[in-house]
Amino acid sequence: MSKFACRMAMAMLAALPATPAAADIKIAVIEGLSGPFARSGETLLAHVAGEAELMNKNGGLNGEKIELIPFDSKHSPQEALVQLKAATDQGVRYVMQGASSGVSFALSDAITKWNARNPDKTVLFLNYTSVDPSLTNENCSFWHFRFEAHADMKLEAITNVLMTTKDAKKVYLIGQDNPAGQRVSKVTKKMLSMKRPDIQIVGDDIHAPGKVKDFAPYVSKIIASGADSVVTANFGNDLALLLKAAKDADMKARVYTFYAGSSGGPASIDFAPAGQVIHIADWHRNITADDAPLNAWIDGFNQKNRPNEFMYIRIKNMMGMLNKAMTMAKSQDPKAVALALEDMHYQGPTGDVWMRRDDHQIHMTQYVSQFVEQDGDAVKYDSEGTGKGWKTIDTIRAADSQLPTTCAMERP
Amino acid sequence: MDFVVITLLNSVAYGLLLFMLSSGLTLIFSMMGVLNFAHASFYMLGAYFAYQISTWSGFWLGLLLAPLLVGGVGMLVEWHGLRHVRRFGHVAELLFTFGLAIVFEELVPLIWGKASVPYAVPAQLEGALFSLHGAAFPIYKGFMMAMSLGMLAALYGVLTRTRIGLIIQASLTKPDMVEALGHNVPRITMLLFGGGTALAGLAGVIGGNAFVTEPSMAASVGFIVFVIVVVGGLGSLGGAFLASLLIGALQTFSVTLDVTLQQVLTLIGLSLPADTNLARVSLVQLGPVLPYLLMVAILILRPRGLMGVRES
Repeated sequence: MSKFACRMAMAMLAALPATPAAADIKIAVIEGLSGPFARSGETLLAHVAGEAELMNKNGGLNGEKIELIPFDSKHSPQEALVQLKAATDQGVRYVMQGASSGVSFALSDAITKWNARNPDKTVLFLNYTSVDPSLTNENCSFWHFRFEAHADMKLEAITNVLMTTKDAKKVYLIGQDNPAGQRVSKVTKKMLSMKRPDIQIVGDDIHAPGKVKDFAPYVSKIIASGADSVVTANFGNDLALLLKAAKDADMKARVYTFYAGSSGGPASIDFAPAGQVIHIADWHRNITADDAPLNAWIDGFNQKNRPNEFMYIRIKNMMGMLNKAMTMAKSQDPKAVALALEDMHYQGPTGDVWMRRDDHQIHMTQYVSQFVEQDGDAVKYDSEGTGKGWKTIDTIRAADSQLPTTCAMERP
Repeated sequence: MDFVVITLLNSVAYGLLLFMLSSGLTLIFSMMGVLNFAHASFYMLGAYFAYQISTWSGFWLGLLLAPLLVGGVGMLVEWHGLRHVRRFGHVAELLFTFGLAIVFEELVPLIWGKASVPYAVPAQLEGALFSLHGAAFPIYKGFMMAMSLGMLAALYGVLTRTRIGLIIQASLTKPDMVEALGHNVPRITMLLFGGGTALAGLAGVIGGNAFVTEPSMAASVGFIVFVIVVVGGLGSLGGAFLASLLIGALQTFSVTLDVTLQQVLTLIGLSLPADTNLARVSLVQLGPVLPYLLMVAILILRPRGLMGVRES
């Protein structure tokens, strides 16, 4: 299967006009391209491939063609390290990954060690989705850059919205029994107690990830608690089944999610009553509905990658910032590029994004949106063919979700 | 009070769903002695077939045809695969069905994609049956419960009250004699395997839209059905029914009761070291593990299961 997935990925890349030459910039994308998480890996790879194709057409990264090489991590840290070795053996200097925080930890750690031992063959790690806060706090590295807001920043934004929502009085927390789920529960309680001490936490449930078939008992508990808002970092089936049980039991509470808008999310919750599901992200298509060139490009992307859709504007930003950094540094050397990326401001389709120097954490505007019927106006585009799309209800400026960092970075 | 009633209903509904999932497995095991590892794959096939048919002509035709199609696939598997492997004993059987499960898991995304498919509950079954304490009880859940009870009644009826049921039972213990009486025993075995897989298919038709129809749905129910069969007693239909209800109640109530492991242990006079992670573990967290704990306990204390008739 892994071979098959690789071949599919290769076929996707065959469309690239790249002709491998010595000076090409090799970029490795290490994601789970087979197994149960293959869908998200595929979507992420397609995003990077799409940007690489576009850049190669327009003159490449700082004038050099990109050669994108997919590696299948099978979503496991051990396998990812084997693939990293394979990548460095092929002379790869840029590694991209993001679908799992566990894998990100392993890669960040291994790359930092590799760079200490091989100062002439340093590798730069660009992380576009994994959200564990410690990657840019206690476990930060000079060689790791994160282009996505981390979980605490997203929670900062969600609790800001709850703070200003007058009728939010009782909040119910439900999450998976893993480090991310436990952290969401802990941090949400802490943030809410400071921002809105009058809000009651009426429930705090943690369940085994991917093990619950029927969420009806959880939902009846939520209803009995009288909660008006539910906060959850559940994703995949754990989110879809929760919302399904909520619909069956006619639960009225709003559900604040982290992942309802990620790949496969909208299609799996298309039944949810309009307005119930709220999602926080750096982008959805209706934010840039007036940007004609961008939309033409997205249409092309969606056409080509069906059923996967374009949903990660940050990967566009990341490639743009990488290009800018190489141009500024007049070099492809990872260290020079890393130094140029530090403290960079970049104009993306949604405005300014800023890479903080202290911890290599991106800061950008985040949007809180509701999943509602497509209306051709505020909700011009639907998501994943569901007839429903995202409607912005609140905009959180980068400065408002900025958090202090504990990162004590060791610079080479 | 309302809350207790709705929780009780939820637990019975979940229990009946589990019975629906495991009845086919029990049938095949009790009648043929084959432990079918691919059972959950037939459940998945049922959901996907029903989805495919529902895109052409609606849910109801899918409800009728999909189990028959799955049963057909099951019969082909028995006829061209299992029958030949069984000669080499139980290990070969297990390996064969195990391999089959992997084949199905890889085939399904090739045909229908890796994403979930939009297999929806029909409009007639949408909505609430009644409402208690602000929590609605969906019609579809009632439908699921009725189907499950119907399956139990039909199975029991066919096996004990009809001629084919009698021949099936006879061919298990005295296949040579049944054959000598002019019955085609291999064909009966094939029909039986087909019937068991058709039941799994029917569960898929109904469970597929109640939950999510996607390629990992087989893996997500794969283990729990074995727990039910083991707890209920290998090969006992009544035992599987009892075990399903028991596990349904166990999982539902562990979620609903907000107690920690410590509080439960206090009841029997035990205490955990304070301030450790274990002392803070709540029953909600433990819920999904409880069926497996129950299985281990049953295997140790009563290896033949609640209502099993033989020791293995």
